[in-house]
Amino acid sequence: MQYSWFNRNLKWIYTLPAVIFVLLMMLFPIIYTVRISFYEWSMSATTPPAWVGLSNYIALLKDERFWHATGATFYFTILALALEVVLGVGIALLLSREFKGKNLVKTVFLLPMVATPVAMGLVWMLIYEPTIGVANMMLKSLGLEPQLWLASPNQVIPSLVIVDVWEWTPMIALIIMAGLATLPSDPYEAADVDGASAWRKFVSITLPLLKPTIIVAAMLRLIDVLKTFDIIYATTQGGPNFASETLNLYGYVLGFQYFKLGMASSLLVIFFGLVMGLTLFMIWMRKRLEGA
Amino acid sequence: MKRTMKQWIGVSTTAIMTVTMLAGCGSSGSEAGKDQGGQATATAAATANAKPFAGKTISLVTANHPWADAIKPLLPEFEQETGIKVNVESFFEDQLTQKLTVQFTSGSATPDVFMYRPLQEGKLFYKNGWLQPLDDYAQKAKDYDFNDFSKSAIGSTTVDSKLAGIPIITEQEILYYRKDLLEKAGIPVPKTLDELTAAVKKLHDAKNEMYGFVARGQRSPLVTQVSSFLYSEGADFTNGDKAVINTPEAIKAFTTYGTLLKDYAPPGVLNMSWPQAFGIFAQGKVAFLTDANSLYKNLTDPAKSQVADKVGFAVFPSGKAGSKPYSITSWGLAMNTKSANKDAAWAFIQWASSKDTVLKTQQKGNPGARASVWDNPEGTTGFPAELVPIIKESAKAGVDHDRPTVISVGEARDAVGEIVQKVMTGETNIQPVADKANEALQAIMDKDKTK
Repeated sequence: MQYSWFNRNLKWIYTLPAVIFVLLMMLFPIIYTVRISFYEWSMSATTPPAWVGLSNYIALLKDERFWHATGATFYFTILALALEVVLGVGIALLLSREFKGKNLVKTVFLLPMVATPVAMGLVWMLIYEPTIGVANMMLKSLGLEPQLWLASPNQVIPSLVIVDVWEWTPMIALIIMAGLATLPSDPYEAADVDGASAWRKFVSITLPLLKPTIIVAAMLRLIDVLKTFDIIYATTQGGPNFASETLNLYGYVLGFQYFKLGMASSLLVIFFGLVMGLTLFMIWMRKRLEGA
Repeated sequence: MKRTMKQWIGVSTTAIMTVTMLAGCGSSGSEAGKDQGGQATATAAATANAKPFAGKTISLVTANHPWADAIKPLLPEFEQETGIKVNVESFFEDQLTQKLTVQFTSGSATPDVFMYRPLQEGKLFYKNGWLQPLDDYAQKAKDYDFNDFSKSAIGSTTVDSKLAGIPIITEQEILYYRKDLLEKAGIPVPKTLDELTAAVKKLHDAKNEMYGFVARGQRSPLVTQVSSFLYSEGADFTNGDKAVINTPEAIKAFTTYGTLLKDYAPPGVLNMSWPQAFGIFAQGKVAFLTDANSLYKNLTDPAKSQVADKVGFAVFPSGKAGSKPYSITSWGLAMNTKSANKDAAWAFIQWASSKDTVLKTQQKGNPGARASVWDNPEGTTGFPAELVPIIKESAKAGVDHDRPTVISVGEARDAVGEIVQKVMTGETNIQPVADKANEALQAIMDKDKTK
């Protein structure tokens, strides 16, 4: 009798350790963060956390810097994601053709993805340095005006987007290439018979068939771009004058520089909701698009 | 069946979490027990031995700082003399703060003695009850000569009129300049801020990548360096429990600093902290630089600087209120309130900050806080001869803080730094910006009072 109970519930018993692990490692921090977001806590030993209800959230919604950070987050995310998807698809199409030295090109192309983000940030800081950096040297040799790059409040986000695109486009390209490899060949043969142009084939066959792959790649990247921290922290620390301060960065500053752990937590809860909402929206979009 | 299974999961999760938490408590509990045991045996050994501290062990946490490198080879001497064994651990600056914060929050008895940054963390640590006041120890100590420490250095380590730490590294803001350029243009070394501005204008030649002036332009890092401008114009960050960064004097100081950077600094100065500012000066592209004297090696070391033999030092130029650079303790030694070996810990601090030891560490280029060592010709061998009188003079007139002395220093620095950054980005109507920043600073100070 007992033996059969064990057998019947095998799937539960074997997954139990994993379930517990997930509960401890994922759910607990989230619940704890939500809890702290209702407290005022400065990590002080003498003043214990004090319950303040929703006032952390209200303070945030009244905080100019919070809204600015939200704007910067979306500006950065939308620009980076759009460029990465377009470039990623283009590169995947190029790399899916056969040519000499293809493997070498593929390997070199994937290098940025494996570099340490903070070290990379420091290298890009040197590249962008207005007086002695390579970026301005290149502009000058092309006869263009040197730019301020990271030191200009207007250029800092596009400059950071360039770094992100450089680092992460390969990932999108990699996923798209995998998708391309699975496409059936008959539609192309039929199109060849009909005498369709390469562009026509791309728009009418490749793109629709690739749509699910592109959406998955974009979704994975979206969540990551929203959370970008390392390159911004390593290069500008949110400057100049808050211009590149995203939600993630502001959360860090609130928590570890201002020691306002309650307010930092409430910011992260809002941010968590935002990421979750966007992801659900993407999933919904995906169903709709794939259904169409 | 399904429902019971779910309950099962719930119950076992709770059980496991409880067990884990208990285990956590258990281990820290037993550690505390061990410490007490160690102390008991140590006391027993001490009574049996002639050396008062024989058998005691203290833990010392330092930053990765030249002072730590200078003190480590001297430790065997101290251990021989007192019988105290010193265990040293070193960390990078930011890691150090994090480590100390985490350890103290959990009520740890170690480290007994540690390096800390009095103006950045002093008030926070002290208010949290992590720093043992040292007044009694310092006043009673034999042959210690506490009055030998410079007033401004002690001012930096004093919180609520209690001595929270002993100064070990001091620094002042000075003016660095290019001797060759000034000579060629026939300009004397600027003595006032107006003369400085005029000289900067004269030497600025952006077309040929020669810039008049550079200093920190990043929001938070710039605050310490604009402070000397502030004091020299007769202003300050705070006055009693009022924020005063929107007075006409303060606005004049912020505008002077911001305008020098906006009009005469290399491009990209908005993003510069000291490494970038010193870097571009060392490349020979700048005529003037104001920053801490403790960083002089970045300019005089031929391995780092192309203008190593052309760097001049001068006392900070005077404004309406004279020349008032900051003269502060950038690193201090402090004792953990929870330390189990307070007397041994004090014995170490007393030795490390004694005249003899300070003389030895200062000879290795670590500017100490003892007047007698600075007056001793042997005490200044670690510094360029031209820099020594500048240091002495700056220490005399100096102000004992270089940032708002509040608990939330990071937040206050961001509030103040924004005023200068607005000047640098071309905002001409600076009064409202300063008023808003002043409000923010006032709010931070009011909140401090409740802590």
